Amino acid sequence: MSQPSETTPILEARGLVKVLGGNRVLDSVSLSIGRGRVKVLIGPSGAGKSTLLQCLNFLMPPDSGHILLEGREVNAQSRKELCAFRQQVGMIFQDFNLFDHLSALENVRVALMKVKGMSKLDATERAIAELKRVGLADRAANYPANLSGGQKQRVAIARALAMDPKVMLLDEPTSALDPELIGEVLSVIRDLAQGGMTMIMATHQISFSASLADEFIFMEKGRVVEQGSPAELLGRGVSSRTQSFCSKISELTGEGGGASGECRL
Amino acid sequence: MSTPYFEFLRAELAPGLLDGLWVSLLVIAPSALLGACIGLAAGVLRVYGPKPVRLLTEAYVSLFRGTPLVVQVFFWYFALPYISIGGASIVLDPVPAAILSFGLCSGAYQSEYIRGGLMSIKRGQIRAALALGMTTRQAVTSIVLPQAFRRALPGCGNEVIYLIKYSSLASIITVNELTGTATTIAKNTWRNIEVFCTLGVYYLVLVTLATWLLRLLEDAMSVPGFERPSA
Repeated sequence: MSQPSETTPILEARGLVKVLGGNRVLDSVSLSIGRGRVKVLIGPSGAGKSTLLQCLNFLMPPDSGHILLEGREVNAQSRKELCAFRQQVGMIFQDFNLFDHLSALENVRVALMKVKGMSKLDATERAIAELKRVGLADRAANYPANLSGGQKQRVAIARALAMDPKVMLLDEPTSALDPELIGEVLSVIRDLAQGGMTMIMATHQISFSASLADEFIFMEKGRVVEQGSPAELLGRGVSSRTQSFCSKISELTGEGGGASGECRL
Repeated sequence: MSTPYFEFLRAELAPGLLDGLWVSLLVIAPSALLGACIGLAAGVLRVYGPKPVRLLTEAYVSLFRGTPLVVQVFFWYFALPYISIGGASIVLDPVPAAILSFGLCSGAYQSEYIRGGLMSIKRGQIRAALALGMTTRQAVTSIVLPQAFRRALPGCGNEVIYLIKYSSLASIITVNELTGTATTIAKNTWRNIEVFCTLGVYYLVLVTLATWLLRLLEDAMSVPGFERPSA
């Protein structure tokens, strides 16, 4: 294998297939993402966005297909290789999945100590720095039961960031949040994107992600139906599946003003 | 008339029961520890073990929950010596036989509480732990078990309290613990009411102490989101 160069994609998936209960939830999906790029997965629920993200770090092993990190294929059969791979691929879940028995600080620290083998002192220092980055330094001692949804998701982001991931996968990070809490999480995500973090994010926050994304990937029935820059897919006069899908969303949620106004760029 | 109760208690009953109490504790403490270890292992294996191991632990639990403890005690003490494998057989002294019986039986129940605790922890937390690069073993030991243990603690404590009481069964295989000693004193003095009521008080005190210790443990392990529901 060649040395990763500037042009080598950080993460690449080739021909991912996943069958669940007789359904082809992923039907030969390929994608690749370069350093510092932001790709956004959109599509109706059941389209396979979440499955795709979980296959990308083998939380749900794909039935077939290949995954490459910086040009090197990941051998998921090797437990050691898998753990090393997952450390480099941060994952953010819709329902946060904080460790309920650990404080915010401990949530961020635990993998640093258990996985990276850092000393408690170093891990604590790093964890505090990451909590600061998401604006929660003053909540370090709080347990998940005493954090709001938005705070929980920010702790989850800090926890993923502490592992120094090369790419982050975000699975509808704001879908489980009350509307008034979405903003604080989105602003952290925006900071990350602007800081050059490579991200693949499934979301229904179309207008927000249009401002960050280098590329929209529209999925339906386990396939990538369309992909292109937000401008290509949502620009004036464009008639795309993405376009009609997100006008439907904005109609339903009343997001923005007119029926399709929100989606036009 | 015989001596008054307090005189009888001071001179005969209390010293006898004190000896019995030590023997009881000698049986209860290792049994509880053995039960907790077996319960923890069996509980974890029943949830995360490979299929054959799961079936094996299921079988263990059905066997030891499904037969009377007296039968198990008799088996280990009276029947085991007659089982010879390659000419060798194991003969257990009364106390080890009692500890083994109680530990195995208690473990079967404990594993149920642990299993319930494990299953109450959302799978998402394991996925989050794996996504951070932890191995399944690390995820289970450092994320799931500490939570499952907190959830299981009230049930496990209950089992320890049962254990304190069923330790009295050791008397039927000649262990001179509380109940065994009391029976002997009762036989010799014919003061059944006083002896057995006093014996009851001893168990009541033991159980109360254990309850109090378990509460302390629960409080020490309590974190927000895992508190004991306040009465």
